This record gives sequence, C-alpha cells and structure tokens, in this order.
Amino acid sequence: MAETNNVQQDLKKGQFKSLLVENIKYRTILTKKYQDKKPYAPKDIKKITAFIPGTITKIFVAPKKKVKAGDKLLNLEAMKMENIILAAVDGTIKLIAVKEGEKVTKEMVLIELF
Amino acid sequence: MGLKQKTADLKKRMREAVKGGGSKAIEKQKAIGKKTARERILSIVDPKSFHEYDLFVEHAGRDFDMDKKYLPGDGVITGTGTISGYPVCIYAQDFTVAGGSLGWAHAKKIIKIMDHAMKLKIPIIGINDSGGARIQEGVNALAGYGEIFYRNTQASGVIPQISVILGPCAGGAVYSPALTDFVFVVENVSKMFITGPEVIKTVLGEDISMEELGGARVHAEITGNAHFFAESEEECFDQIKDLISFIPWNNDKKADPFPKKPPKARQYNIDEVIPADPRQPYDVRDIIRSICDDSEFLEIQELFAANIVIGFARMAGQTVGFVANQPLMLAGVLDVDSSDKAARFIRYCDAFNIPIVTLVDLPGYLPGIEQEHAGVIRHGAKMLYAYSEATVPKITVIMRKAYGGGYIAMCSNHLRADFVCAWPTAEIAVMGPEGAANIIFRNEIKAAENPDEMRKQKIKEYKNKFANPYVAAAYGYVDAVIEAKETRNFIVHALDVSSLKVEVAPKKKHGIPPF
Repeated sequence: MAETNNVQQDLKKGQFKSLLVENIKYRTILTKKYQDKKPYAPKDIKKITAFIPGTITKIFVAPKKKVKAGDKLLNLEAMKMENIILAAVDGTIKLIAVKEGEKVTKEMVLIELF
Repeated sequence: MGLKQKTADLKKRMREAVKGGGSKAIEKQKAIGKKTARERILSIVDPKSFHEYDLFVEHAGRDFDMDKKYLPGDGVITGTGTISGYPVCIYAQDFTVAGGSLGWAHAKKIIKIMDHAMKLKIPIIGINDSGGARIQEGVNALAGYGEIFYRNTQASGVIPQISVILGPCAGGAVYSPALTDFVFVVENVSKMFITGPEVIKTVLGEDISMEELGGARVHAEITGNAHFFAESEEECFDQIKDLISFIPWNNDKKADPFPKKPPKARQYNIDEVIPADPRQPYDVRDIIRSICDDSEFLEIQELFAANIVIGFARMAGQTVGFVANQPLMLAGVLDVDSSDKAARFIRYCDAFNIPIVTLVDLPGYLPGIEQEHAGVIRHGAKMLYAYSEATVPKITVIMRKAYGGGYIAMCSNHLRADFVCAWPTAEIAVMGPEGAANIIFRNEIKAAENPDEMRKQKIKEYKNKFANPYVAAAYGYVDAVIEAKETRNFIVHALDVSSLKVEVAPKKKHGIPPF
C-alpha cells in the first residue's frame, strides 16, 4: 500500500472536519476534490467570455453599437478553426476588452453589454 | 552450412535482436530509473517460464529511409508465460527501439498476442512504454492502434486485461489502457495524456509539466484512470502478481480457490472497530480485514473517490469483491466519482463470476450544486444499474446508516441482493431522524410553545421508531438481524449455498446503461 496514502496522513494529523448531510453533522475527513471545489457563481449574460484560449483575429463591433441576438461580434481563432462569436441577446456594446491580434485565455471577458 | 554453423547463426541473430536499442539506449532508460522491457517481463513472470514469439519480426516502414533501419522486434516483446503458475499472455513495448513507437509490424505483434490470449482463454498483460505513433509509418500506425482498440473491446469481459504504464502513453495510445480492466501506474514513471504539455502550450497557451498533467498520482487520485499506484516498478510487479491470484483465467471459470484461512482476529476485532456514537467515523477496511481470510484485502483505486472502498479478498478460500462505504472520508456519502468507481467494479465482478459483498454505512448522496451540475443523477444511476444487472451472488451487510436513495443503491433487497443482513446498529430509514422529523412533524413543531424542545422530542420519537433495522425486517427487506461478530459466518454460509446460483436476464442485445 502506498505510504503516501492521504488517508493515512490525515489520520496522523487528525484532520477531521464536519460534513452536514440532511441536518446531521458527521465527523469525517474531507477529500481534496471536495475542498478544492469552486463555489457556484451564476453566469452574467452581459459579459461575453472566451470559451477556449485562442487569438482574436477580427472584431466586428464598436462601443455604443446596438446589436441583435445572432449578430457577429468577433472571431476567435482556436483549435485550427475561426470561431465566430455571436451575440446571445439584444443589447448595446458597453466596452470591448480586447484588441485584434490579442491572445486570450479561457473565460476571459471579451465584450461587455449594457 | 552444417548444423553447428546454423545453430551458431541462430544464436547470433538472437543475441542481436535481444540487444534491443543497444547499450547506449539501455543506459538512458536506466538513468531515469526505468527497467528495460525484457527485464520487466522477466520480473513479472515465473522464472524460466517466458517464451518469446515474433523476436525476428521486422518493421514494414518504407518511407523516410525506414527501409535502411533495423529495429529489433520492431520495438515490442511479446510472448506467453506463467505468473504463480497461472498462464498469461504478455507484451512489453521497448522504449530503447525507436522510442517504443508503434508501427504496423509492432501493432501486428500486439494484435497477434491479443488474438492468441482470446483463443487460449487466458489473461493478457500489456506493458506500455512508448513515444506513441511512429510518424514515419503514417496512417498505418493509426490502423495499428485501431485494431488494438477493437480487440480490447472484444476481449472485454472475456479474458482479464491488465495494462501497466511504465513510461509515456500518450495520444491515441492511451485509449488501450482505458479499455482494459485494470491500469497500474508507478510514481514518476507513468505518464498518460491525450495531448502533451508542448501541444497544450502551443495551442492553448497553458503551462503545465508532464507529471502534473498526467503523472501517476494524477491518475491515481484525480482522474480515476489508474487502479493501482506503486512507488517503484518492483512494487508494481508485486501488485500484479497479487491481483492475478484473485481473478479467474477467463469468464467461463471461477477464480482458483485457496486454502481457507481465518481472519487475524487479534489484530482486527470487528466489535472494537465500530464506535458507539453513530456520527463518529471508523475505517471500513478494518471491518473488511476482520472478516476476510488472513485479513488480506487487495484494495483497488485506493486514492480515488476514497469515500467508497472496493477490492478483492477471500472468504473461506473463495475470491469475493467487496464494495463498502468509507465513513472516514466524506462521511461515506455516494457521489459522482464513487458511483463510477463502484459501478465499474461491480460489472467486473459480474463479468468474471466473482460474488459481491456490500457493506453499507452511508448517510445518502453528497448534496451540493457542484455534484448536481457534475451529473450525480446520471453517475449515481450507474450503481443502481450495475447492481441490478449483476447475477453473481450478492450479499449485503447493513452495518449502520442506510438512508434514502443510498439504502437502495447499496445493493438492497430490491436490486435483488440474495442475502441481506443488518446489525443491531443498523438504521434503515427514508431519511436521518433530524431531516425526517423536521418534515413530518412540521406543523407540531410550528404550533408548539417551545419549537426547539418539540423538535428535539419529535426527533427522539422518530429515532426510536425508525432508526433501526426492525422496520425493514418486518417487511422482509432484511433477511436477518445478526450480531457483528456473526458476519463472517453469515457471508461464508451464503457463499456456500449460492455457488450454483442461476439468474436469467430478459433477452436483449445489451442494455443502455447511464454511461
């Protein structure tokens, strides 16, 4: 058995925490995955984010422009494809956070609507 | 040439072929702490039991000056041998020959030994240590992989398939281990990923080391791709030999019986493991060790989804698969990872005629948005599917809590468990007392002068009435209520009487499990 077993280590350190399941508190060790989980944050549809890391190759809009759902906003080049990002809802462009040619990371905000 | 010369010529050819990539390449392999392919095979199989085939196979590459190169055995060693007397087919990729890359002849050797194992009806062990597809052979390398994956699938559930990752196993190549039954990894040696760090850096701009991306620990702890984790190649080989002793040669047989041995009662006393307070944890593996032969328990996926414990042990000499909630981790709840882990193991046991013993002590499923969005519905259903589908003898021991959906999922009577017993400490209820009392007696609590007192009282009432095994026993959902120390006898007797069990599923090509 691997000596670096986390369970054995936690036992030695006495890393017992409390887990609430259906109103009852249980004394137990929490797994790393459980402790590392990201807290839930609802999606803001007014912020258009990059779904994948890549490069912005073309921007079709400017601040203050009115857009309708389905309008082209910008091109994000990733995975050997020109990914066309469309507006999901009607709105007015508040700001454009990127420039043409800029490399973006996943979930980075590209465009904000009012 | 006379016989003597011909024999000398054979010996010379063998010496050349056995050199592999040559002493320089072998030194490089050793320098990073890896054994050679031949050393690995000879360490795993019984002494003098290895017979090699296709030593003189030559590669088929013609483009890019390949026809000028001699690649001994085309970078893979295949053959048959025995492990503790059990016959096995075994192959090991040789990293010293063209980086162990897979060309068409290399793949053909592997395919041949896989087909061989299927005909001989014996296990196949594959040692992966390869740079991946041999680019010079182009689409033939892909064809090679495809043929291997097809055979992995056809052999799945027919003969045991074991993958040992003792080097890089990247890109397409890594799908073969994923299709096999058990994957063994070694710290700092194993590397498994679909796309490597260089590609990730170029295409996505993200920085990560090989070890952090797909090292042994990542797969043992996070992804669940690995089933056995070792800190050295020797430890890995010992684990393989251990595993082989528990499983049958093929799906027509049962695992070989061993001499019956009692558990190590002085070290593991079942009455001393369970704490008096039902909210306190204990290590369920101590329970397993207090009831199985010689207290020998081979745990699988120890570091992944540790809130459920799976593994092989022997009861009165016969291999059984254990599935047990682990109150020590996350209170023993079921969640996405633990459902996946248990369900696949249940199906393995069912495919290979291994009875399943389920030990139950869980408060339910892990609540939370993260679990819901990760698909706990779909993954949790896998356990229900696996248990219902299994026709091997199923024995369930309800030790402490068994609330709600968790009670059903842990091989309850309703999923056609053959023998269900409960301990006096069992609490079989639709909900824990605190949760249930709040709902059922909501109006009484609201209307009371002192709601907190009323709530406490109602919780106590509910506890006394329902938090026990007798309500379920009254309906026949529990076959017997026994003292903890009778558990081994219960299980051994159940196995004795169920050795000829037959259960027939409705006719179908196959079901549609919640993959």
